Amino acid sequence: MPNAIATRQGPYVAPSALVRVLPHAARWVLRGDSSVMATAASTLGVPFVERPCQAAAQSDCAALWLGPDERLLIAPADAQSELAARLQTALAGQPHSLVEVSHRQVALEIAGEHAAVLLNSGCPLDLHVSAFPAGMCTRTMFAKTEIVLWRTAEQRFHVEVWRSFAAYLSKYLALAAGELAA
Amino acid sequence: MSQPWRTPAGGRINRHRELRFTFDGRELTGYEGDTLASALLANGVHLVGRSFKYHRPRGILSAGPEEPNAIVTVRRDAARVTPDLRATEVPLYAGLDAISQNRWPSLGVDVGAINNLLSPFIPAGFYYKTFMWPRGAWRSLYEPKIRAAAGLGRAPEQPDPDTYATRFAHCDVLVVGAGPAGIAAARASAKRGVRVILCDEQPQFGGSLLAEPSASTALIEGQPAEQWLSASLKELASLPEVTLLSRTTAFGYFPHNFVGLSERLTDHLDSVRPGQPRERLWQVRAKEVILATGALERPLVFPGNDRPGILLAGAARTYLNQYGVMPGRRAVLLTACDAAYRAALDLRSAGVEIAAIIDVRERADGALPEAARRAGLTVHSNATVVGTVGSQRVKAIRVARLDGSGAPQGSIERIACDALLMSAGYTPSVHLFSQSRGKLVWNDAQQTFLPGEPAERTHCAGACRGVFGLAAAIEDGRGAAARAGGDVSGSSKMPEPAAGEFGGILGALPQPAGKPVVKAFVDWQNDVTSKDLALAAREGFRSIEHVKRYTTTGMATDQGKTSNLNALAIVAGEIGKRIPEVGLTTFRMPYTPVTFGSFAAYTRGELFDPVRTTPTHEWAVRRGAVFEDVGLWKRARYFPRKDESMHAAVQRECLAVRNGCGMFDASTLGKIEVVGKDAVTFMNRLYINSWSNLAVGRCRYGILLRDDGFIMDDGVVARIAEDRFHVTTTTGGAAAVLGMMEDFLQTEWRDLQVWLTSTSEQWSVIAVQGPKSREVIAGLVEGVDLSNAALAHMGVAHGRICGVPMRLFRVSFTGELGFEINVPADYGQSVWEAIYAAGQAHGITPYGTEAMHVLRAEKGFIIVGQDTDGTVTPHDAGLAWAIGKSKSDFVGKRALERPAMQSIERKQLVGLLTGAPHVVLEEGAQLIASAQHRLGERPIGHVTSSYYSATLGRSIAMAMVRGGRARQGETLYVLADGQPVPVQVTSPVFYDPQGTRLNA
Amino acid sequence: MLLINCPYCGERPEPEFVYGGQAHIARPTDPRACSDQQWADYLYLRDNVKGVHNERWRHTHGCGRFFNALRDTTTDRFLATYEVGHEPPATLKGAHS
Repeated sequence: MPNAIATRQGPYVAPSALVRVLPHAARWVLRGDSSVMATAASTLGVPFVERPCQAAAQSDCAALWLGPDERLLIAPADAQSELAARLQTALAGQPHSLVEVSHRQVALEIAGEHAAVLLNSGCPLDLHVSAFPAGMCTRTMFAKTEIVLWRTAEQRFHVEVWRSFAAYLSKYLALAAGELAA
Repeated sequence: MSQPWRTPAGGRINRHRELRFTFDGRELTGYEGDTLASALLANGVHLVGRSFKYHRPRGILSAGPEEPNAIVTVRRDAARVTPDLRATEVPLYAGLDAISQNRWPSLGVDVGAINNLLSPFIPAGFYYKTFMWPRGAWRSLYEPKIRAAAGLGRAPEQPDPDTYATRFAHCDVLVVGAGPAGIAAARASAKRGVRVILCDEQPQFGGSLLAEPSASTALIEGQPAEQWLSASLKELASLPEVTLLSRTTAFGYFPHNFVGLSERLTDHLDSVRPGQPRERLWQVRAKEVILATGALERPLVFPGNDRPGILLAGAARTYLNQYGVMPGRRAVLLTACDAAYRAALDLRSAGVEIAAIIDVRERADGALPEAARRAGLTVHSNATVVGTVGSQRVKAIRVARLDGSGAPQGSIERIACDALLMSAGYTPSVHLFSQSRGKLVWNDAQQTFLPGEPAERTHCAGACRGVFGLAAAIEDGRGAAARAGGDVSGSSKMPEPAAGEFGGILGALPQPAGKPVVKAFVDWQNDVTSKDLALAAREGFRSIEHVKRYTTTGMATDQGKTSNLNALAIVAGEIGKRIPEVGLTTFRMPYTPVTFGSFAAYTRGELFDPVRTTPTHEWAVRRGAVFEDVGLWKRARYFPRKDESMHAAVQRECLAVRNGCGMFDASTLGKIEVVGKDAVTFMNRLYINSWSNLAVGRCRYGILLRDDGFIMDDGVVARIAEDRFHVTTTTGGAAAVLGMMEDFLQTEWRDLQVWLTSTSEQWSVIAVQGPKSREVIAGLVEGVDLSNAALAHMGVAHGRICGVPMRLFRVSFTGELGFEINVPADYGQSVWEAIYAAGQAHGITPYGTEAMHVLRAEKGFIIVGQDTDGTVTPHDAGLAWAIGKSKSDFVGKRALERPAMQSIERKQLVGLLTGAPHVVLEEGAQLIASAQHRLGERPIGHVTSSYYSATLGRSIAMAMVRGGRARQGETLYVLADGQPVPVQVTSPVFYDPQGTRLNA
Repeated sequence: MLLINCPYCGERPEPEFVYGGQAHIARPTDPRACSDQQWADYLYLRDNVKGVHNERWRHTHGCGRFFNALRDTTTDRFLATYEVGHEPPATLKGAHS
């Protein structure tokens, strides 16, 4: 019998005042048509939303619209195996692709009155609340890395980044936060 | 006495805060709110620089960004040295240390001024004409000498210690320029509740209002101008959706209303907090842009017009009213427009003697000239200045009357003065409008180019579109705001220009007949005279763009802000064309120079590019690994033991894999999950291989071509389920392969039910390779039978390792028994450490990319991008066996069928063995067929991979050689340092050709 | 930095996109039926338009979709963007060349 049980260790994230690392999560990329998305939403217990660039969230689960046939599903890490099984069962028979990406990326939260300004140090999107309201989500660029950006509240953003880019993103944010400190 | 040229009161400076500064080591004082230029003038310092070509003494010409002369270096500390700054834009701070440029040994005594005496021999195009012979001397002699003598400031020698910020911003209305028109436009826009950004290059908003006397009686909307200004700014500052940016230059206008702003954050501060950004680059996307960029005053072109003490009339007025500085005690005004009379009137009120007003126009009878006469000032109309006197400061001018034909005639009067104010009129600042690709249209009435049809959502307001005068500019600002807000009822029609007030004249003033011995400068910064331009025209230059390059007029930091229109008029006159027929040189960004630091912003040092590391990176760092860059990744190249050379470490790592067990982090390989009912069809269409017969639980080496038939990528592909493939790609090819797959799926094969997901970073991949690898991992793995029978070579299994889920590939890139263990990435380091611990009993050895390269070369495995170069087919690489023969099509198949692609004369992959076993060939070296290399003989191949193989005790190499496979056994030659090294052509598989070891 | 109207996501900044070459170049359905010249034309022959160009973009760092666009190469102005599999808007089709 194996004597060592592996421990989970996320990538390095540089500390800074406005940024915190969110807990490990279970994640899947789900591809398919809108009936697939509706099935997944009900399995996850989140509202079924078809609007582009819109996140549907309920308690700790979320389905983020990333493309017309693509959602990023996020759930608590400890629900991973159980939800995976339920999703597979519910989606069986419908053409789709469900791929687990829990470890592919890491989530950061950027919060505070300067959150949008800080993000605009590298992200070229218009993050005014009228242009990017709470509940909106999208893949986009931050400086030289791709991120998924989701505004969870007027002054709070959830950012997903691939694990090997987390150091770059967080160091950039920490440096840019310096100008907001004064 | 300190600051003897300062007025007793007035100006927008803070007289309660005196600032000490130095200029060329001389200690001086100024006030808070001064620029370096105004502080120098307050101390009577007019000589501030030497000109570029002739090293003539030069003074301060302007009070703004158009300054061509007063170019200085400012040194904050040893590292913070900024050359080529315009003193007119350098904010004064306590302790500022400024140094003049382009002089040696000192500003007063400059050896380079000999060029001025030689100037008859330095005409336009001098370099092109003179340094042509002997040809070889250009590179070795002329160019280095010219470069040493030319140029202005010197680049700083230390790394820039400052940080630079950057920010993307969006707004409904961006207003560039916070003069009366800009402020009115911003206010009117803000009233609609939309997002407004108002920026101005000056520290204070107000534009031309800042140059008005504080006691000005001008009214705006019924209020005194000063009150209107402060009330407007207060109102704007109170609005949450309005962003006010002072010290911020809009330097570039890019497509789709994207405007670059450079905000200077600390250059005006006495001391800078560590980490405080020096500048901020704003990248603004505006729905509407309102340009209220004002106008620049033109100098007059007359002999000796460049002596210190000669400055623009509007600048003199600014120095007086904004900074409380008198540019002289006895001044003469030389003008071609009415507006400049205000300078004379204001200076007179401040106690400056106005020796004379020389108006080059036939008549000067507007309201302002009349006011000047009423004030007792002498106005000579129909007269001109034909020369100036003084070496380092103007002492007197020579004035002549103009005759009926407009030529100087009669006696010449000498008028003593210590300042000469000049104005040829105003040129609208159309730089940004032109950068946006808006059309400029020649306006005959105003004799200038004005904004015509915009290319973007651009609206011009005020002087930058020829609308002069306070009331008209305010009205025009509001009109632009209305148009930007979609109100089309407002007219964009221009009010008639007040005749003669701002227009003036273009070109050179008439000069006395005969050969002029004194220079009349058009471009101060580049030392271009009216004579140079005339010469260029005589020599046949017709296009203004060519004249610009030939004479250098309008180049360098000021980009001809003061010179362009005068130069154009002179050239037009010489070649007998109208100005609009001659055209205008292109306005380029930046409007004023922007630091490299601003453009780089945070993207420097460790943030220059993302540094991607694998889950075991920290472990490798602790073990002293040496890393190499592979794309953005850091990969462990080898793991040296204490004092071990790379060569020794790599040999040790290779032997460990061959004889025992090694472990390698392969996490950087690209991984794509291909899922859907048509997955196998998709793979069949894409890759050259046949996938229909790949069983679930098996994997295969796949090759991907482009449709031109050449190898694009390769990698092991596993069938995880009937409808699910785990595709691996090269490290560098991951994104391109996924992009190509998406392209085919989305645009060509839209009928297929297949989806792609990148899982490159989901999995940490640990390769355990070597005859002992099975024993090493056996104790850690659950749920997988590792025996050869149950998990044969190219088998794939699911199970657990160290209690976490695993996809286990039995694959080998080394030729040994081997496994690639895929675990979710966050477990990578932990599992790696467990394997390392378990392997201790078997002498497990971590190995890096270098050993990996050697091991695979011993087996003749190619690396795409090293052994292939985008022109290699599967046949060429000896991989034709992988082609699914029964497939009617796959990407690249049609191209492979072209006869030329099957020629046996193509370069083919072979192995090479040197005669001397210790000689390691150079990668990239060319191969020739005979030892006697003839000049012009074409090489027949090149070395692609070359290593010393510890396993074989000799060097090995792979090469692409014409008709190579048929040449096995032949001796070819590799040129090394010009000497032919004999090599024998062999099979590229040097080790275990039967593959018995990997099937163990 | 151009502003590009993704048919799925709306107007987005250029860094999110990757240019995809000329649009409406279909891969021959039966490559074996192509002459060498036809195949070479498919691989390499593209228009180099001064004016309205029919081109592909991919919203790579957004929704990931390929789409088509009509862009004036002299002004960088986009006349239209539309989904793969659709023809360019009829009113603009003639704008070509």
